[in-house]
Amino acid sequence: MLDKIAGLGRVILDSIAGAGAALLMLLRALIGKPNIRKAWPLLMQQMYAVGVLSLIIIVVSGLFIGMVLGLQGYNILVDFGAEQSLGPMVALSLLRELGPVVTALLFAGRAGSSLTAEIGLMKATEQLSSLEMMGVDPLRRVIAPRFWAGFYSMPILALVFSAVGIFGGYLVGVRWLGVDDGAFWSVMQASVDWGQDIVNGIIKSLVFAFVVTWIALHKGYSCTPTSVGISRATTSTVVTASLAVLGLDFVLTALMFG
Amino acid sequence: MESRNTQLAVGLFVIIGILALLFLGLRAANTSAVTTGETYRLYAKFDNIGGLKERSPVKVGGVVVGRVTKITLSGEYYEPLVEMTISATYDKFSDTSSVSILTSGLLGEQYIGLNPGFVDETVEMLQDGDQIYDTKSALVLEDLIGQFLFSQGND
Amino acid sequence: MPTASQVPSQPSPAQVDEPLVVIDSIDFAHGFGAHQVYRGLSMQIPKGKITAVMGPSGIGKTTLLRLIGAQLRPQQGKITFAGVDIHALGRTELYELRKRMSMLFQSGALFTDMSVYDNVAFPLREHSDLPESIIDIIVKLKLEAVGLRGARHLMPAELSGGMARRAALARAIALDPELVMYDEPFAGQDPISMGVIVKLIKELNQSLGLTSIVVTHDVTEVMTIADYVYIIANKTVVGHGTPAELEQSSNPLIHQFLNGNADGPVPFHFAAPSLADELLGKQNAR
Repeated sequence: MLDKIAGLGRVILDSIAGAGAALLMLLRALIGKPNIRKAWPLLMQQMYAVGVLSLIIIVVSGLFIGMVLGLQGYNILVDFGAEQSLGPMVALSLLRELGPVVTALLFAGRAGSSLTAEIGLMKATEQLSSLEMMGVDPLRRVIAPRFWAGFYSMPILALVFSAVGIFGGYLVGVRWLGVDDGAFWSVMQASVDWGQDIVNGIIKSLVFAFVVTWIALHKGYSCTPTSVGISRATTSTVVTASLAVLGLDFVLTALMFG
Repeated sequence: MESRNTQLAVGLFVIIGILALLFLGLRAANTSAVTTGETYRLYAKFDNIGGLKERSPVKVGGVVVGRVTKITLSGEYYEPLVEMTISATYDKFSDTSSVSILTSGLLGEQYIGLNPGFVDETVEMLQDGDQIYDTKSALVLEDLIGQFLFSQGND
Repeated sequence: MPTASQVPSQPSPAQVDEPLVVIDSIDFAHGFGAHQVYRGLSMQIPKGKITAVMGPSGIGKTTLLRLIGAQLRPQQGKITFAGVDIHALGRTELYELRKRMSMLFQSGALFTDMSVYDNVAFPLREHSDLPESIIDIIVKLKLEAVGLRGARHLMPAELSGGMARRAALARAIALDPELVMYDEPFAGQDPISMGVIVKLIKELNQSLGLTSIVVTHDVTEVMTIADYVYIIANKTVVGHGTPAELEQSSNPLIHQFLNGNADGPVPFHFAAPSLADELLGKQNAR
C-alpha cells in the first residue's frame, strides 16, 4: 500500500519535473534575438516539411468530412423541412469545432509524430550532442524553427480544412441533394459571424498549434535515445497531443461560446 | 535551387491559406460591415421581448442594418430596454419610426423590425443615444391562445 | 576570447608541456548518485600532444569527454580549459568556448539531411560570415586532408563507417580548434581504415598543432601514436605515463589491461552477489 502511494508520488514528481523541463526547453529555444539571415531558410524548410506536406491529408479529410456533414445534416434537417439550414449547420460545425480540432488531431498524427521521431533520431545518432560541441545551440538551431513552423502552419491548415469542408457540404447538399443554391449560402451568411465564429476558430487553432508542436518537440528532445525510446516517444506524442487538444477544446469552447 | 523551390512551395501554401480565409470571410460569413464599421446606438423599450437575444439582427424591410447589443431592465417598473447598434450608413431615420419584435418563419429566430417613419420639416432625425417610443412587443404564443379562449368564452 | 594573460597558473618557462585541460579531482555520478562513475579523478592534458585515455569498456570514457565539453557537470571538483573553469561559465560563454574544441563522436554524428560537403561547411557557415567562395576552399582543403574530396557530394547514408568517421573528422577540424576529442575512433573499423585513422590523428596533430585526446580501448593502435597515456579503472586513474613507461610498469592492473588478460584486478564479472547464492534463491533478485 505504501509502495503504491510512493509510486503515485513518483509519477506526480516526474510529471512536474517533465513539465518544468518542457517549459525550460521552450523558453531557451524562443527567448533571445534570432539571426534573421540564418533563421529564415530554416523556417522555410520546416514550413515546407510541416505545413506544405500536410496539405494533402488536410484537403482530403476536409472534403470528406464536409460531404458527410452535408449528407447527415440533410437527412436530419429534411424531416423538419429545414434543409435550408444545411449551410449554417455545415459551416458552423466546421468553423467552430471540426476545423480546428480535426486539423490538430491530423497534425499531431502527421507532423507531430514525424517531428518527435526526427528529433529523437537526431539525439540517438548524437547529432544534437554534436551541435552542442560545435558551439551551436540545438534549441535555437533545431527546436526553434520547427516550433514556429508548426505554430504558423496549423492555423493555415485549419482554415483550408474549413473552406474545403464547406465546399464538400455544398457539393453534397446543393449539387447532389438539391438544396437551393442561393438559400444555402445566404442562410449561412446570415448565421455565420466573422468575429464570433471565424476569429474564435483561428484562436482555437493557434492554441492547438502551440500545444501540439510543443508536445511533439519536447517528447523528441527528452526521449530515451534508443529505438524503443523513440517509438515510445512517438506514440506518446500522438496520444498526449490528441488528449490535450480535446481537453483544451472543451475549455476554449466553454470560454468562447459557454 | 532546392531552397528556392521550398520557398516557392511555402509561399503558395501561405497564399492558399489567405484564399481560404477570404473564402470563409466573404462567402460564408456576413462581413457586410454591419456593426463593424461606423455605428450609432438607439434604444427602445418593450413590454415583452419574447425570445430576443443579444446579437439578434435589426432589419428594415428584411435588410439587416444593425444588431441588438444589450438588453437590460430599466425604470420603475422594470421594463426591458433594448440597445441597438445601427450601421452609420443608415443614419436618416426620423423620430416617428417604430420598432416591433418579429419572428422569421413559424419557428425561427426573433428579430427587430424597424419601420422608418415619415419625414417632413416638423420631425427630427434620430441621433446617437435616442430612444424610439413607438414599439410593439413580441407576440407570445401562450398569450395569443389565452386571448383566443377568453374571446370564445365571451360569446 | 580568453588570451594567455588570463590564465591564472604561474607560467614556468622550464615546463614546455603546459596543460590545456586540467581535470581536478572530480566526482561524477549518473542519475542522482545511483551510478557512480568517477571518484577523485585527476588528469592533465598537455598542449600540442596526443593523450590517450584507456580503460575497459563501460567505465565511462565517453562520459569523460562529455564532462570536458561541459555537456555534463561533475558533482565535485572542476575542469579548466586553457585556464577557464568551464562549469562556471554561462550559457553564451560556454557556447563561445566550445568553438575552440571539437569532438569526433563514435558514430560520426554527421547530419543525415546534408551532403558531406555541407556537413563540413556547417560549422563555418554557422560561426563565420565568410563568403561562400572562401568556405568552398576551406571545405575542399579539409576534405583533402582526410582523403574524401572526391566524396563530397555523397550523403552520409552512402558512406561506409570508416569514411563517415573521416568525414566527421574533417568537420571537427573545420574551425581549426585547439582541442580535438576522439571518442573510440577505432571501434568497429577494418584494419585498413583503422590504419588510416591512426595516421590521420597523428598527422593532423602535427600539422595543425592540435591537442588531441583519444579515448579508446584499442591498446596496440593507440600506443604507437600517443605521447602520454592515462589508464582509468575502478572510477579513477590507475596509471599514467608515456607508452614506454607503462610497458615497464609492474602494476598488475596496468599489466592486465595492456596484455588483455580476461580476469585479474579488473574482475570479469559485473559486481553481483555470488552465483551460488542467487541460484539458490538466498537473495531477492537485485
